[in-house]
Amino acid sequence: MLQIKDLKAGIEDNQILKGINLEVKAGEIHAIMGPNGSGKSTLSAIIAGNEDYEVEGGNITFNGKDLLELDPEERAHNGVFLSFQYPVEIPGISVSNFIKTSITEKRKAQGLEPIPTKDLLKMMREKMELLSIKQGYLSRNMNEGFSGGEKKRNEIFQMAMLEPKLAILDETDSGLDIDALRIVANGVNKLRSADNATVIITHYQRLLDYIVPDFVHVLYNGRIVKSGGAELAHELEEKGYDWVTKEEDKKWA
Amino acid sequence: MSEQKKQSEDELLEKVTSTEYKYGFTTDIESDTIPKGLSEDVVRIISAKKNEPEWMLEYRLKAYKSWLEMEEPNWANINYTKPNYQDVIYYSAPKQKPVLDSLDDLDPEMKKTFDKLGISIDEQKKLANVAVDIVMDSVSVATSFKDTLAEKGIIFCSISDAIKDHPELVKKYLGTVVPARDNFFSALNAAVFSDGSFCYIPKGIKCPMELSTYFRINEAGTGQFERTLLIADEGSQVSYLEGCTAPMRDENQLHAAVVELIAMDDADIKYSTVQNWYPGNAEGVGGVFNFVTKRGICHKNAKISWTQVETGSAVTWKYPSCILKGDNSIGEFFSVAVTNNRQQADTGTKMIHLGKNTKSTIIAKGISAGKSDGNYRGLVKISKGATNSRNFSQCDSLLMGDKCGSHTFPYIEVKNNSSKVEHEATTSKIGEDQIFYCNQRGIGTEAAIALIVNGYCKDVLNQLPMEFAVEAQKLLEISLEGSVG
Ligand SMILES: Nc1ncnc2c1ncn2[C@@H]1O[C@H](COP(=O)(O)OP(=O)(O)OP(=O)(O)O)[C@@H](O)[C@H]1O
Ligand SMILES: [Mg+2]
Repeated sequence: MLQIKDLKAGIEDNQILKGINLEVKAGEIHAIMGPNGSGKSTLSAIIAGNEDYEVEGGNITFNGKDLLELDPEERAHNGVFLSFQYPVEIPGISVSNFIKTSITEKRKAQGLEPIPTKDLLKMMREKMELLSIKQGYLSRNMNEGFSGGEKKRNEIFQMAMLEPKLAILDETDSGLDIDALRIVANGVNKLRSADNATVIITHYQRLLDYIVPDFVHVLYNGRIVKSGGAELAHELEEKGYDWVTKEEDKKWA
Repeated sequence: MSEQKKQSEDELLEKVTSTEYKYGFTTDIESDTIPKGLSEDVVRIISAKKNEPEWMLEYRLKAYKSWLEMEEPNWANINYTKPNYQDVIYYSAPKQKPVLDSLDDLDPEMKKTFDKLGISIDEQKKLANVAVDIVMDSVSVATSFKDTLAEKGIIFCSISDAIKDHPELVKKYLGTVVPARDNFFSALNAAVFSDGSFCYIPKGIKCPMELSTYFRINEAGTGQFERTLLIADEGSQVSYLEGCTAPMRDENQLHAAVVELIAMDDADIKYSTVQNWYPGNAEGVGGVFNFVTKRGICHKNAKISWTQVETGSAVTWKYPSCILKGDNSIGEFFSVAVTNNRQQADTGTKMIHLGKNTKSTIIAKGISAGKSDGNYRGLVKISKGATNSRNFSQCDSLLMGDKCGSHTFPYIEVKNNSSKVEHEATTSKIGEDQIFYCNQRGIGTEAAIALIVNGYCKDVLNQLPMEFAVEAQKLLEISLEGSVG
């Protein structure tokens, strides 16, 4: 589904990603871990099409398409979804209005008519239930005055509504309380299917207890320096990053 | 920002500048026009053409004499070539039956005009009980729902008819809120106003429908000087809508309207305006000059609420105001003012607190794009006797691109120490992070801007009656097509 080959990217003169290789297949769950500032959010921003970053080399294909050629909204229409580490406020626009616009635009791109409001509301109710979201939430303004955890839950709600092929969850777990973490993780598991894939960026094993990844990667200093199965996350939780990063530093010294 | 992104933003900004005015067309209706220029004789001709009583002619002549002694104001932060007042035609009336028994009798040409505007009367009729009094150029040409209103004793007619049929009311109130001598433009209007609307709501009556007027400027080079007089008697309630669009023109068109509102004890007036007159082309040529004096007076426990969405005109000079004379009276001003290309606007409000425990709220949202200039100018005056009064003002500006400007000029005068005035002001740009967030959810940049702008204006749009809010949203979208933050 997603192939990233030797991706090098940065901002102005600062190279942040120094050659990323990653392949994600349909049905898989990948976890990306790594110390602060290693480039995890940068990688997800580039996949989503944030033009603040300049791609200096390499390529990304998504279901056979050259992803880097597409506008961010076209990537979204093709099924790429990013749950932001820091969701943005859109003052004055209700959650329901925002999601309706989002779905309408996606359908328009696919040559489809807007979904009848009745059906849309029904779907919203189902997904709200799935994520234990309280009444009254739909009429709140997008992320305006939301608590950290509410913002994260709102991201997953949008994911549930948009049914993406590839979802990248950038530290969706940070800010969620213990119950919310379980609810959100259950939600993600329920939405899982053989034709979609999820990339989870996280610092903690806790989320991976609920959503068991097929692969775990360590991103350090702009490179994936180690990959393994679910057990790698346990190892990292136990030993920290030192044992991985030291080896890596030696290589480039 | 990457070079590529910058380039595409520049392209989009170019596109804004080249967005053509969508309502530029002229209706082919023969007009009955007098020669251009202003003199005592012209004032007499206007009055005679309208078969006015002597007192009205005297009122006009007095105003004309005051105007001769006055000077066009210079203090607003706008730049324009002052109109040559001798080059304006002061009267033009479409040749048409002045009163229609039914809307089916409407001239097909005119019907087409309304269809192009997307506000066909058929649609209007269906829409939530709207009574429409259309002012096309200078004379009302269609009136509806008169009977329903008449049953309640509500008078809703052209000001010319009111002068003939209800002289006692007009005589009593005309010029009491905006005296002819108030300013240069109000004096001009008082001398030459050709038509406009009159409305009277009797004591204790809640007007059962929104009263609506659509204004159009239709005759090449014709100045428009509407006069609106709205009286809400004790304990009555009314919501009044005014909307305007103008056909495309090459020379500047002058517009100097006067609106007077009178809210007697316990009365409630809501006055909403959507204005999208021709703003001129991308270079700023043509376009309407809009110099409007709007003012209302509130007696005891009365309330006046002005809501406006302004997207048009080349130059706008406009400050809908409230005089809070009665104790416990309330004044509100909700405004969205959009300027694009070379448009200039100096607009805002005045809240004059005279009575005790009076309250005012000002929510002004400016949006500037292209090379335009938007100014908010507001006065909050709390007099010595207006004890325990309150004002809350919030003035926000949203800038799109880096070639436009926005300024806020708040004037605050408080003459007693039991009153409280709060003023908040913000200036923002549409964030790239907001646009990217929308993009990531499949919403393209144009749609994202429309969405963000709508959200920004929500507090004001929410004040508009439903059918108007929809039109206002459409207008915002049209006038900001292609802009990027
Ligand atoms: N817009 C930007 N401008 C300047 N520097 C940036 C920008 N975005 C990222 N960087 C830098 O690139 C590096 C990687 O940042 P990134 O946000 O991708 O890290 P991360 O792995 O997501 O970290 P965290 O775990 O703290 O979220 C950091 O050194 C950061 O300062
Ligand atoms: Mg990050």
